[in-house]
Formats: sequence, structure tokens, C-alpha cells
Amino acid sequence: MTQAQVEIQLLAMATAVACSLCGVFLVLRRMTLLSDAISHTVLIGIVVAFFLTGDMASPWLLVGATTAGVFTVLMVESLQKTGVVREDAAIGLVFPALFSIAVLLISIYSKNIHLDMDAVLVGKIALTPLPSRRLEIGGYDFGPKSLALMMAIIIVNLGFIIMFFKELKVSTFDPAFSKAIGFNPYWIHLGLVLSVSTTAVASFDAVGSILVVALMAAPAATAYLLTDKLSIMLVWSCIIGMLSAVLGYWLAHILDASIAGSMSTVAGIIFGFAFFFAPERGLFSVWHRAKTRDRKFKLALLLVHLTQHEGTIREEEECNIESLHLHLRWDEYEAHSVAFEAVETFCATKENKVLRLTPKGRIIALESLQIGTNLS
Amino acid sequence: MTRPHDKKMEFALEINDLTVSYKDKPVLWDIDLEIPQGALVGIVGPNGAGKTTLIKSILGLLKPVAGSAKILGLEIDQGIKKIAYVPQRGSVDWDFPATVFDVVQMGTYGKLGWLRRPGSNEKKLTKDALEKVGMLELAHRQISQLSGGQQQRVFLARALVQHAEIYLMDEPFQGVDSTTEQSIVELLRELRNQGATALVVHHDLQTVKDYFDWVVLLNVRKIAAGPVSEVFTETNLKLAFGSRVSLGE
Repeated sequence: MTQAQVEIQLLAMATAVACSLCGVFLVLRRMTLLSDAISHTVLIGIVVAFFLTGDMASPWLLVGATTAGVFTVLMVESLQKTGVVREDAAIGLVFPALFSIAVLLISIYSKNIHLDMDAVLVGKIALTPLPSRRLEIGGYDFGPKSLALMMAIIIVNLGFIIMFFKELKVSTFDPAFSKAIGFNPYWIHLGLVLSVSTTAVASFDAVGSILVVALMAAPAATAYLLTDKLSIMLVWSCIIGMLSAVLGYWLAHILDASIAGSMSTVAGIIFGFAFFFAPERGLFSVWHRAKTRDRKFKLALLLVHLTQHEGTIREEEECNIESLHLHLRWDEYEAHSVAFEAVETFCATKENKVLRLTPKGRIIALESLQIGTNLS
Repeated sequence: MTRPHDKKMEFALEINDLTVSYKDKPVLWDIDLEIPQGALVGIVGPNGAGKTTLIKSILGLLKPVAGSAKILGLEIDQGIKKIAYVPQRGSVDWDFPATVFDVVQMGTYGKLGWLRRPGSNEKKLTKDALEKVGMLELAHRQISQLSGGQQQRVFLARALVQHAEIYLMDEPFQGVDSTTEQSIVELLRELRNQGATALVVHHDLQTVKDYFDWVVLLNVRKIAAGPVSEVFTETNLKLAFGSRVSLGE
């Protein structure tokens, strides 16, 4: 690997980590849509700050963009409070308005400035190692400027989360309780909005405004499926973010495609895997649990059916494997396989195609009946 | 110098002319209420009577359009530290990534204040509370795996951790098994015997006499409030619920 490749991957990882950290709380608070809005409207802050300073590397761009992010949230909330539009509509109204003004401004003045739309949408992480974008202090080269900025953002985000971990936890889980014990969820909310805004701006340079939200939402949503603990969820989210960054870089390398695009794609694929295969919360696991539960219940049902007809005249008829499905109104195949399972697990024996309960089967049937009665 | 006022026992809660509205539709209408200390109080009324609203107003979660509430003689922002709040079980997302222990420990956050982290003392308080509600063995279980009754015990433990003087509980018996209901009632009695006051939003009219010393009958307006034996009468119930309700005695 060349030094340039290493630097690009480091920046990609740093961006992913910064985004994944905010993302966890966005996902848990159901605020990802708002972060999408923020990541777009920061553009107007950048544009305005750029016009005022004339310098694309000015720290004022960060200030301008963060202000725009907070302004977006305040506008969405005040629009919502009027009661005329709902939250989703308010977001859908505010962010295209601000974003389109920014796009207009760029397209009008783009002859004079190097702020083109492609860079805005998907970033320009590939340009990271260029000599003009390096941080040099006293003749020493400290690597790309954007990497240094991203590291600073990670430290700020991490500091915010560590310092206010218990406040973030309680206000996210139970806002009313949080307020009642003296932690007004609004301040936490505002802190989070600030952190999302600064992260969105800083990531903007690397991955553009559209893909920021993918890096915020996908790793966190994946981590949510993998753990039951908030702190572990944060760790997983960062790991998945970094994995998406590195794999995404090499995917782009192979395909000769956009790095930011590949990173988001990989993040989406990893989420897809977790969505199906996560051990507890994944779709297959949920299906499997439902199926096992269903199967267990069907078995109990069959055993109860057998107890009801045990020793009666109709036993030969009712408990006959061949006609079982007609009495229980089950699918024939299913009736056979449940009957087979009953024999397999020694709950029943088969005598001339008639099922007869074993002592074990009788106990299970009686227990099932008991539970059924308690429930009602 | 003696001041006779020092001897006077403050009310646990003192509510004056409290009106809360949704736009121009009153949810609570000019409520006057004084709750003595050390009482187990049931708040009873039909759906939409403003029971939850009353609790939320006392906590300062809702702003009244008129009137005020005082907690042990203090304004809400001071008095709130003396209160433990048990919200409705359905008000939170139980899929949140947290264990039983995590949630109960949240009860210690209020006394810690901003930035300070729970330490060994808070862990001990949390364990004690979990033991009291019989959930110590499930301390490390994920909260999404709990039954309704267990979730309610978790919320109760979170309130017990606060060691408050007043407990406000919103439908703690909603959807819980009878064993849990009985043990919650036992705990409430124990708290009362230690001098605490509890206000409980309650639905089952049949158990009011068994569970509570005091009752508040509410239907937007205060219908009646006082000791159960005096206030919980057929006449008052009809005023609160309309003519179809009876005690079935």
C-alpha cells in the first residue's frame, strides 16, 4: 500500500467512526431522518461562510455549517409546534428549502469558486493526500488536514458521549422520567444536534452530504441488532463503521468507482447480513423462534387431543394417523410430521396407525392444559 | 422564639385551582386537592378523566393554564426531588439496549446530578431495590425479554432506588399478573408504614377498598377526595362514572 492509500483509508475510518458514534443515538431516538436533513442543510452554512471568508479551508465554514444544522432543527421544531404540519412534513419542507438555496448559490457563483456539485454530493476523499490539503506546522507534515479535523471530531463526540453517558441513556430511554429527575431531555437533544451537525460538516469533505447519513444510520442500525447493551452497541457501531470504510475503499479500488459510494454500499450489505442472520434479533432467528414455538404448541395440542379420546370408543378413529388431519383440520403433511415428532420424542407410541400416549406424553398434555386454564 | 407553623404538618401535595387544557378543551378543570402525608391514595376515574394529566402536572411535565401544585410545601422545581415517578409501562420502548440493572440504576441518577457517574454506592442501592421487588436473579436480563409484570417490577424498583417521600404511579397494575399486583401492594404498604405517601392511578374499582386509605375520584373535575370509607360511595361513583357503574355489593 502506498502512503496515499493508507491516508485515504485512515480518513475513511475516522469519518465512519465519528458518524457511527452519533448514529447510535440517532437510531435509538428515531432521529435518523432529522440527521438526513442536517447533513443537507449544513451546505448552506458552508456556502455562506465561504462567500464571507473566500477560503474553503477556513474554520468559519465549520461554525457556519454547525449553525445551519442547529437552525434546521429549530426551524423543524417550531414549524411542528404550530400544529399545522407534522414532524415528517416539517423535515420534508425545511431541508429541501435550505438545501436548494445552497445549490442555487453554488450554481450561480460556481464560475468563480471550486465548489462543484459532485463534491457536495459524494465528497472527494480521493483527493485527501494532495499536497495542498496537508497540515504542516513548523515544516513538519502532520498528514492530511481533513484527517486531523476528523480525529478532533471523534474526540469531541467521544468526550460528549462519555461525559454525558448516563444523561444520554436515561433521556433516550424514558424522556418523561428523565425530566422528572432533573435532566431536561431538551438539553441533551440540543447537544446531540450540535454533535451531529459538526460531524456532518466535517464528514462532508470526505463523503459528501448524501452519504453521511448512510454512515450514521447503517452501522448503528446493525449494532442495534447485535447487542443488548448500549455501551457494546457503541463499540459495535464503530467497528462496523471502520469495516465498511476499509472494505469500501478496496471495493472502490477494484471497481474503479466512488470511494464514498462503495463505503455506504458495504455498510448497507453488512446491515443486510445482520438483518437476516443476527443471533437474537435477526429475521431468521425471529422466524426460527416463532416456528419452534409454533411447533411446540402443535405438539402439545396433539397430545391434548390424544388425552381427550384416550380409552373412548372413538379412539381408533380420532387418534389414527391417517385421519388425524381431518379431525384437527390441519394440513395432512403437517399432521403427519407432528405425529412423527410425538413418537420421536417418546410422547406417544404407534400401534397399528393409532397413536397412544406414553406417561411422558400424558404429563406434557396435562401441563399444557393447566397453563391454558391459568391464562384465561 | 416559637413559631407555631413549625409544628404544622405540611401536606404531601397541595393543589390549588389547577386547570390543564389541550388547546381550549380542559383536561383538568379547577382542581383543589390536599393529600396528607403517609397516605396510600388511589386516583380513580373513567378514561379521559385526567388521571395521568394530574400526575404529569404535579411533576411539572405539563404546564397548567391556571393554578399550581406544591410538593411538601415547596414549589415544583424544588419539591420534585422528593418524588419518585413510575410512568405507564407502555410509555417506553422496551427494545432499548439495556439490562434490568441498567434501568433500575437510572433511579440513582437524580441524586447524582449532571456528569457524576454511578459508583459502588449506587450499585448497592440498585441491588437492594432489585431484591425488594424479587428481580435480583434477572438483573442482567435484557429488558425486552421481560413479561409485563416483570417490566412493572423494574419500574417500581427504579422508583424505590430514589428513596423518595412521595411516589406517583401511573397504572402500575395495568396488565400485570396477580402475584405481581399483590407484591406491589405489599411494597406500597411498607412504604406507607415508613411514612411515605403514594398516589396511584387505579382502574379496578373492586380493589380500591382493599388497597387504599384515601381515594380521589376524578372526572375532569374533582368529584370527591378523602378517606375511602367516607368518599368511596355509590353516589360519588355515579357522579364520576355515570349511572352504569356500581360496586356490585
